[in-house]
Amino acid sequence: MIEIKDIEKLAELSRIKLSDEEKGQMRKEIVSILSYIDQIKQVSGDTVTHRKKNVVRNVLREDKDPHEGGIHTEAILHNAPKRQGNYLKVKKIL
Amino acid sequence: MIDLSSLTIKKAHDHLMKGDFTAVDLAKTYLAQIEKKNKDINAYLEVFADVLEQAAVADKRIAEGKSTLLTGIPLAIKDNILIEGRHAGSASKILEGYIATYDATAIKKLKAAGAVFLGRTNMDEFAMGGSNENSAYGPVHNPHDEARVSGGSSGGSAASVAMNGALAALGSDTGGSVRQPASFCGVVGLKPSYGRISRNGLMAMGSSLDQIGPITKNVEDSEILYSFLKGNDPMDSTTLPDKINSTATDEKMKSGKKLTIGVPMHLMKEGVDADVLKNYNEAIERYKSLGYEIKEVTLPNSGYALAVYYVLMPAEASSNLARFDGIKYGMHVDGENLIDDYVQTRTAGFGKEVRRRIILGNYILSAGYYDAYYNKANLVSELIRSDYEKAFEEVDLILTPTSPLPAFKIGEKLADPLQMYLADIFTVTANLTSMPAISLPSGVVMKEGKSLPLGVQLTAPLYREDLLFTVGKDFLNEKV
Repeated sequence: MIEIKDIEKLAELSRIKLSDEEKGQMRKEIVSILSYIDQIKQVSGDTVTHRKKNVVRNVLREDKDPHEGGIHTEAILHNAPKRQGNYLKVKKIL
Repeated sequence: MIDLSSLTIKKAHDHLMKGDFTAVDLAKTYLAQIEKKNKDINAYLEVFADVLEQAAVADKRIAEGKSTLLTGIPLAIKDNILIEGRHAGSASKILEGYIATYDATAIKKLKAAGAVFLGRTNMDEFAMGGSNENSAYGPVHNPHDEARVSGGSSGGSAASVAMNGALAALGSDTGGSVRQPASFCGVVGLKPSYGRISRNGLMAMGSSLDQIGPITKNVEDSEILYSFLKGNDPMDSTTLPDKINSTATDEKMKSGKKLTIGVPMHLMKEGVDADVLKNYNEAIERYKSLGYEIKEVTLPNSGYALAVYYVLMPAEASSNLARFDGIKYGMHVDGENLIDDYVQTRTAGFGKEVRRRIILGNYILSAGYYDAYYNKANLVSELIRSDYEKAFEEVDLILTPTSPLPAFKIGEKLADPLQMYLADIFTVTANLTSMPAISLPSGVVMKEGKSLPLGVQLTAPLYREDLLFTVGKDFLNEKV
């Protein structure tokens, strides 16, 4: 059973702050959704062999022929809330 | 005056070619209709300032004899698809001020064809929802009854077409987000096979499920847009190359035999509104009268589809939405330190449903639950797919209602997220199986003096959008 302290931990990992009221509400909703989802546990079968057949697949390309350096810099940095020259500006970490 | 209600892409194209009206005239007529309707419907978040300039470019191209079927055709674009130099926000506060730095591949293709973009449409925030009530900019009202929802998440796109505020629109569909609002608004919505339309430039929700799809007034327009949008894209490694396998279905079609439509009656036993069920049975009768063979099929694991979906989608979404941190783009709320910057920004920027799915997704992916939920859901998803593959050995297509209920009242289901999720019960399967599906308008039901549209959904094997178009046109009595 999910408790308030689990919701607090998940919210912290999700980088989201919840008020006490929201925590209670969120716990109630997550419990209700999970009790619905739990029906999949009734199904038996081997996960590994079944996953191989899926058409969802990944295809990697050669990492070569990059575009000319700097041509997108201005457009991308234009979106940054804070910048310094051609860098994103963040608060001191250490 | 151009009569927008009877206009289709093909008809508009013919008029443009004959010179009955120009692309600028057409664009002006749509802008006037949007001006009239949008304040009540809230389908558009922004109408672009340069629509008439885009149309003038299209007119020039037509005059030069270089037009395509889409040149000068006014389209609405969902707010999660990037158009270079324009704002794109997924109807979320966290992306306020964000300007797209490139064109989505789908947009690139439409631009190359000369289409005109009218504006960006309202949606559930980050495409999370089935009613469009999760938008940070207010719900979309159903053009058939403004007290009711448009459906979602592509509610603005479906409503823009239904209110004659666009000739067609692009939406995105992760669990029914094109088909369900199309059915609520009485228009046609296509979710192509996974990988047939590039996702490059579509903001990701559930990456293994997301597909861009057209919302149109008839099946022919859906086919036209699909033909321009589809294809392999080096920018999206999950796109599928063109491939046509000749199957038993093709043999039947060649010899002029009507196809067989499968009906999973065992899924109709509970949770389906009586009017929807009646309408579904009428659709079956209609196909019978058109000469199709109707055959009952069993999809034993299909009942788990929604549960599987609500494991995989939040798991993927919680990972995809980790990128919104207030550092790279969009909203920034200052905190005490770097981590607190993230927390403050995400807390202020994300709406309720988005937070719920991020937290649910992180729970599902956390150590100790990963196997019980995420891996198990992938297994069941695979079983559902093999159910469908088996069924397609006996039938050519499968018919269900699109939604178990017609458009509900705004606010009616907000208190209970699980009730809201249940509206996706028939649509999520096509995303889990990667198969293409289309929602067709199938009549109306009278509720409180308003006629509300209903829809039925056809599903075909992977790659077989062509079957959806052929059999869909038959249903709507469109000339093939």
